[in-house]
Amino acid sequence: MWKWLHPYAKGEAAFRLLGLWQPWLAGLAVILVTVGVVWGLAYAPADYQQGDSYRIIFIHVPSAMFAMGAYTGLAITAFIVLVWQIRTAEWAIAAIAPVGAVLTFISLFTGAVWGKPMWGTWWEWDARLTSQLILFFLYVGVLALYYAFNDARTGAKAASILALVGVVNVPIIHFSVYWWNSLHQGATVTRFGETLMPASMKYPLYISILGFMLLTAALIVYRLRNEILKQELHRPWALAQLGVEKHHGV
Amino acid sequence: MNTASAWRLLTTVMRRDLAVALRRRSDVVNPLLFVVIVVTLFPLAVGPGPDILGRIATGVIWVAALLSSLLGSERLFRDDFLDGTLEQLVLSPAPLPLLAFGKVAVHWLLSGLPLVILAPLCAMLLKLPIAGWGVLMLTLLVGTPMLSAMTAVGAALTVSLGRGGALLSLLLLPLFIPLLIFAAAAVESALVGTSASGQVLLLTGLMLLTLLLAPFAVAAALRVSVN
Repeated sequence: MWKWLHPYAKGEAAFRLLGLWQPWLAGLAVILVTVGVVWGLAYAPADYQQGDSYRIIFIHVPSAMFAMGAYTGLAITAFIVLVWQIRTAEWAIAAIAPVGAVLTFISLFTGAVWGKPMWGTWWEWDARLTSQLILFFLYVGVLALYYAFNDARTGAKAASILALVGVVNVPIIHFSVYWWNSLHQGATVTRFGETLMPASMKYPLYISILGFMLLTAALIVYRLRNEILKQELHRPWALAQLGVEKHHGV
Repeated sequence: MNTASAWRLLTTVMRRDLAVALRRRSDVVNPLLFVVIVVTLFPLAVGPGPDILGRIATGVIWVAALLSSLLGSERLFRDDFLDGTLEQLVLSPAPLPLLAFGKVAVHWLLSGLPLVILAPLCAMLLKLPIAGWGVLMLTLLVGTPMLSAMTAVGAALTVSLGRGGALLSLLLLPLFIPLLIFAAAAVESALVGTSASGQVLLLTGLMLLTLLLAPFAVAAALRVSVN
């Protein structure tokens, strides 16, 4: 497997492979997010207790899930950076972190908007909210460190160490904050096939989750391709790539 | 490299750090004065009534301790980085995590331990009921080694940046949150008369885990910073 995988560590090969994936990821993401969100916002039945305001769940839950998912991806990438010192992985740090930070912000923002009618407050020092806020700070820290160095490779390695230190701390922070306070409703999607939701709400949520997953992947792929192109601009293949694209008027 | 000579290098590094710090006492004393001054500001800001002060005392003392550890973090690696000592340490045959552990230990001796001794004074200024004093000191005793170790990770990551102060607080403060939560909870339960042993034991466990893992993170960060 390694023999097959290894050529893709090179910028050009990775760029081309990601280029093959990108339209599929982006296309499916747009379709699924549209179907999931429109179904959820317009056609799913209203909640007997929370009325229409529960509908923000179709954005809130997927963004919160992949805020954490992206951090896992960031940590794995950081491990690859530190162990195998692959440059494409270093660029991937810069591609993943902002996407994760924005997803975290979306989940916090939609949570605040949901919290106002339900709990009567924009912000509550509740366990889930707090640990999500801390996750946001961790993302910001990784990004700040990445761009603090003049030498991009040093920055990437330093940010990787921080991401790994963070991933060791995330469970500790999560559990300490839980112990400290909890108001948030329990997890709705406990495990696959077994939820507390009726099917008419469940399916749009699943579609939306799947759509956000693909959207996250598509955004990361898009950012990583840009980063590769930017870093490899001194190489002929990158220039040729730009030339061809210019020719097509993109 | 055998164990005996690695051990000798470790004690040499520690003795050297101790000597350097004791010759520049202001670097050691200033962060401690900072804690006392921050603690003094709170009664002036929120009023001298014992009910409010007593309630916020633990939090204020611990937050002051966190901030002062950021303030004193430059002392860990900065001068060694500038005069090239750090490069020698990275190149030395002794395992770098071991040397990092030595530096953390000396840093704790000069910043964490004095805080523990200073705690009763701060507790008195903030009118913390006496029932909480012992547990407050205990949380500081087991919490500050963790503080020193985490600060060392941050300091090692930012040592090659000229001015990493604000960046360092961004990197480290989120990671200090469990420490703050358990320490405050421990004193709180001592104040209401229940046993604080659960929280203190948890803090001790976290401290041991941090002391075990942080030297490796510090070593990796130093290698990146020194290049």
